[in-house]
Amino acid sequence: MKPETLFDKIWNNHIVHEEDGKPTLLYIDLHLVHEVTSPQAFEGLRQAGRKVRKTNKTFATMDHNVPTLDRNNIKDPISAQQIETLENNCKEFQIELFDLASPYQGIVHVIGPEQGLTKPGSTIVCGDSHTSTHGAFGALAFGIGTSEVEHVLSTQCLWQNKPKTFEVRVDGIRPKGVTAKDIILNIIGEIGTAGATGHVIEYTGDAIKSLSMEQRMTICNMSIEGGARAGMISPDEITLNYLRDKPRIKSLDNLDSLMSEWRKLASDQGCVFDKKLLLDAAKIAPQVSWGTSPGMVSSVDSKVPNPKNIEDPVKRKSIEDALTYMDLKADTLIEDIKIDTVFIGSCTNGRIEDLIAASKIIHGNKVSPKVKAIVVPGSQVVKYQAEKLGIDKIFKDAGFEWRESGCSMCLAMNPDKLSPGERAASTSNRNFEGRQGKGGRTHLVSPTMAAAAAIEGRFIDIRAYDVDLGDY
Amino acid sequence: MEKFKTVESRPAPLDSSNVDTDQIIPKQFLKRIERTGFGQFLFFDWRFNDDGTENDKFILNDPRFKNSEILLSQENFGCGSSREHAPWALRDYGFKVIISTSFADILYNNCFKNCILPIIVDEKHLNYLFNSSLNFNDYKVIVNLDEMTLRDNKGFSYKFNIDPYRRKCLLEGLDDISLTLMHEEKITLYENKFSK
Repeated sequence: MKPETLFDKIWNNHIVHEEDGKPTLLYIDLHLVHEVTSPQAFEGLRQAGRKVRKTNKTFATMDHNVPTLDRNNIKDPISAQQIETLENNCKEFQIELFDLASPYQGIVHVIGPEQGLTKPGSTIVCGDSHTSTHGAFGALAFGIGTSEVEHVLSTQCLWQNKPKTFEVRVDGIRPKGVTAKDIILNIIGEIGTAGATGHVIEYTGDAIKSLSMEQRMTICNMSIEGGARAGMISPDEITLNYLRDKPRIKSLDNLDSLMSEWRKLASDQGCVFDKKLLLDAAKIAPQVSWGTSPGMVSSVDSKVPNPKNIEDPVKRKSIEDALTYMDLKADTLIEDIKIDTVFIGSCTNGRIEDLIAASKIIHGNKVSPKVKAIVVPGSQVVKYQAEKLGIDKIFKDAGFEWRESGCSMCLAMNPDKLSPGERAASTSNRNFEGRQGKGGRTHLVSPTMAAAAAIEGRFIDIRAYDVDLGDY
Repeated sequence: MEKFKTVESRPAPLDSSNVDTDQIIPKQFLKRIERTGFGQFLFFDWRFNDDGTENDKFILNDPRFKNSEILLSQENFGCGSSREHAPWALRDYGFKVIISTSFADILYNNCFKNCILPIIVDEKHLNYLFNSSLNFNDYKVIVNLDEMTLRDNKGFSYKFNIDPYRRKCLLEGLDDISLTLMHEEKITLYENKFSK
């Protein structure tokens, strides 16, 4: 038999209908729903008199609009209405909702894996581009628009043109202080924000295989920032061990046979990808973004680029525009960039390992008096785990604010946002103009870099810190 | 969905690459629960000054391009989030065609659901369109999806590529869900076989 990629196997297993000259009708195993991109889809169902086809494959939570200080008191009436609309829609269409009172509420891409809803070999969609996160489990997971949300709700299927495949292979051993976030920022810097357009990335190589599931989620999460339709990693024992005790998985009768099926999903030796990139983890340094696009990154020990050195006029203009927006001078040392705010959280870096690693840097230190710093656990479960470990205390003692779970400052649809001109070290995934608040300036970094920046008030080469971060 | 008809307009040249969905429609406007009325918020942070007045420097506020139905932009248009609010805002504002050298996948896909035609051209042709639109006051581009052509009133003609199925759906204004439900039997068959 011809060797197949993980992507090929999942795609072929989900074909409901195909014919020449048309997209393929693919079956969807899991549909995650949140409050921002779903109201118009439910309204469409209502108008057409349609039902949700598979309520047992559809799960909802509210995350984007949720205040992280006082979640029971939503002051913005439009946010409150959007949350209430989701509650009503879930009731009307009989969809399980992890609501604000649930101990399992959280960012949709944190709670899916946490609850064991995310399974290897499955197709997963959500009206959110960071759905690619779930690809870490060897699933085909991608973001869709609201029309497609409505389509999946009513048909449990989606028309898809088959994307191409892209192998991003990272071999070698990560140096100390270089995290999964640095790997993915480095990859995006290499391929550019449109480098994987039309492709599904599979991340391979020793440096990927050695990562924990949470670190793999960080990698797959930002696939979209490289333009990819989805990102995925072949399941292995690390995947299965993570899943074994998850709530919706541990009680499955056929778990053993599922596990052996999941093992067979990994890309076959000798399979062919449409495109390839090879990187050496040993050469990757901690990354800091300096611009207004996630591909605009530099190593912490280097400088902000000088547009004068760029020949391509379109690229030169985009760097000039970015430096103007970011209020940065060309050739500034990254370590000389001073920050006002630190945000640790998001679907990229709001999981327990992220918080543990950041707390190790913070431990015994104080947040710089010039910096406002917040930690926002990705879910209520993460918050509970952290509090049990006493991590909340480490953060609070250092001067961090310890919040309730939600998307928070990653996208500023809730009260957490930057003021005009404010500069943040953020563990989130996008540094677009105004992303974290109008006029706000975002530098994307790892949780450990964000923690160090909170203490120093500027970026610093985290490799110089004498802290044992274990495998993080 | 409405049917896509031939568009004739002077294109608005937005000279930026990686125009992301946070610029197309900033997040503070994503809280509405309707599909309509987003046009007023299109490119909000670029279109308006802090005091709410129009930003004269932004291309869409240039009187020459005020009623344009065709938007030109540099590479990787629409990167970022999956928010369909972006094409809702573009369409509600009046854009029916977007021309660039490349589009982000999700936005590209979302355009077809909202009667917007995204056209990919090479850099040389995009530059030509940018320059012509800026330089000729009587400039017009005619987009004919049936023939898959871009023509202008200066003698330029270009044949663009588009997925034949998507073209058909746009031209006939087909509703995806009804089309899918024609395969209902196959969906049930799949469910019985593979998926409880």
